[in-house]
Amino acid sequence: MATLSRRDALRIAAGSAVLAVAGMPAPVAAKVADAINAFTAGRAPEAGRITLELAASVEDGNSVPLSVAVESPMRPDDYVSEILVVADENPWPRVASFQFAPIAGRAAFSTRIRLTGNQNVIVLAKMGDGRIFTARQHVEVTIGACTT
Amino acid sequence: MTTQPRIRMPKLAKKGEVILIRTLVSHVMESGQRKDASGKTIPRNIINRFSCTFNGRPVLVCQIEPAIAANPYLEFAARVEESGTFQFTWAADDGAVISASEKITVR
Repeated sequence: MATLSRRDALRIAAGSAVLAVAGMPAPVAAKVADAINAFTAGRAPEAGRITLELAASVEDGNSVPLSVAVESPMRPDDYVSEILVVADENPWPRVASFQFAPIAGRAAFSTRIRLTGNQNVIVLAKMGDGRIFTARQHVEVTIGACTT
Repeated sequence: MTTQPRIRMPKLAKKGEVILIRTLVSHVMESGQRKDASGKTIPRNIINRFSCTFNGRPVLVCQIEPAIAANPYLEFAARVEESGTFQFTWAADDGAVISASEKITVR
């Protein structure tokens, strides 16, 4: 797979094509695909190396704790240069991106995010050799972050 | 609105130690998606960028979107090889820049 098509990315984002068609307005799916493609630049993401701490079910979407850690020695010749977080049904799917220098020591962060409803949170990490790793967690949100 | 950010990190570390830095800054993180009582969209005003440097060298840069919760909290690490100063900077859509610094002694 050279580049993710929007359709592929949409399928990945939703876990299944059926869910994607039924549950996601097309503009958001396109934004998700664009955000992921801009990050991967054609590399196929691999599973592994990422530890994603995120509850599978939360009451309040306004402030959801998220922790990400990527296995890496963080040496100048081998470090995680960037991590991207995408929430695949937020009206603004990009959540944040982090550029690390080797002196960060660990490719890890914790923060609190907003989720408007049930959806997948997708994390992508770019290694020094250009490989991309990915992890995801589906989150059920009782009360979504307010958009009105 | 621009109250002083809160930063928690050690004042002392061993050479080569990886320390944990916790930061919290007060900000409404207005998403630009909400409407006021009259139905008008409330303009977006978020912290859109955070950066941390140590002795002038970048440690972490973060591009932040409206999906980061109000009063952005960020926890991350840094490997310290010498004594020096961490500089933290938050930049908002409205041009506001909030900054803070912390010294660490490395032995």
